[in-house]
Amino acid sequence: MANPDSLGNEGTDFRMDIERGKIREFARATGSENPAYLGTENPVSPPTFLTTTFFWHDGDSNPWPTVELDQQRGLHAEQEYTFFGPPPRAGQKLTCRSRISDYFTKQGRRGGEMTFVVMTTDFHDEDGKLVAQAKMTGVETARPPAEDATSGEDS
Amino acid sequence: MSDQTVSPETADPAASAEFAVPSAPAAWVVGPATRTDFVRYQGASGDMNPIHHDEEFAKGAGFPTPFAVGMWQASLLGTYATDWLGAENVRNFRIRFLEQVWPGDTLTCSGEVTKQYLQDGERRVDVELTCLRQTGGKAVTVWATFVVPEPGTDQENSHG
Repeated sequence: MANPDSLGNEGTDFRMDIERGKIREFARATGSENPAYLGTENPVSPPTFLTTTFFWHDGDSNPWPTVELDQQRGLHAEQEYTFFGPPPRAGQKLTCRSRISDYFTKQGRRGGEMTFVVMTTDFHDEDGKLVAQAKMTGVETARPPAEDATSGEDS
Repeated sequence: MSDQTVSPETADPAASAEFAVPSAPAAWVVGPATRTDFVRYQGASGDMNPIHHDEEFAKGAGFPTPFAVGMWQASLLGTYATDWLGAENVRNFRIRFLEQVWPGDTLTCSGEVTKQYLQDGERRVDVELTCLRQTGGKAVTVWATFVVPEPGTDQENSHG
């Protein structure tokens, strides 16, 4: 069962360097041949690239484990990226912080309570300017998703 | 929603504007999807959840086979949309995960403009992007916002 007390939990700052080779790898893995990613020295990053916080987000910087979402009944419901200008570019060194920003329940369409939890991550550039924000919404369903393998939706 | 999130509601409704928006490219067909596609994405993203590549683990969790990381098919829509409107120009990209994607699936990525408007002196478009499975079921929907640079500027559609 997810832990409602996790709302408001905040991780410590973590560093994320945006790197050309990583952008190239990500672009290739997502079927892109766009020269904006592959053909320049300091490419911008793709719209979903900030998911690679997986490589930077560890220890006390990641508050998500405190949500204690049941892995058997957990799904990724939504993911949002907002950019306050062009997306981060190779060579940028970002300072990032994640927090559990929302926690709510809803009745599922097929009955049973669903618990939604949102983690927001802010990305600041070397000058301290907010350049991007990520919001991950996880959902814990009333029963394991394998029993309802086509449904990750929330309505 | 954060007050820093750019959403259509914050746009001046009177600012709906006429300007040229590149027309959407033809639908992009990807597949049949393979476990190799899933693993390659997992390695690139850092999400190594075994349910997306380990046959025994997936079966143990009640699934017939491993299935794709939802972010893979969402990222295909990112590829389609940035080819269309320019990698530098994306300002918001909101993904909703719907049906799972399985090995052997053929995916069709497409998009359409839902709104064009001026905000903070910039020309913007909202687009809706869809990744369909061969069954017709929606795997992912994305709502995205792009700026549309004035013709002739550096940031005009960065895809040649």
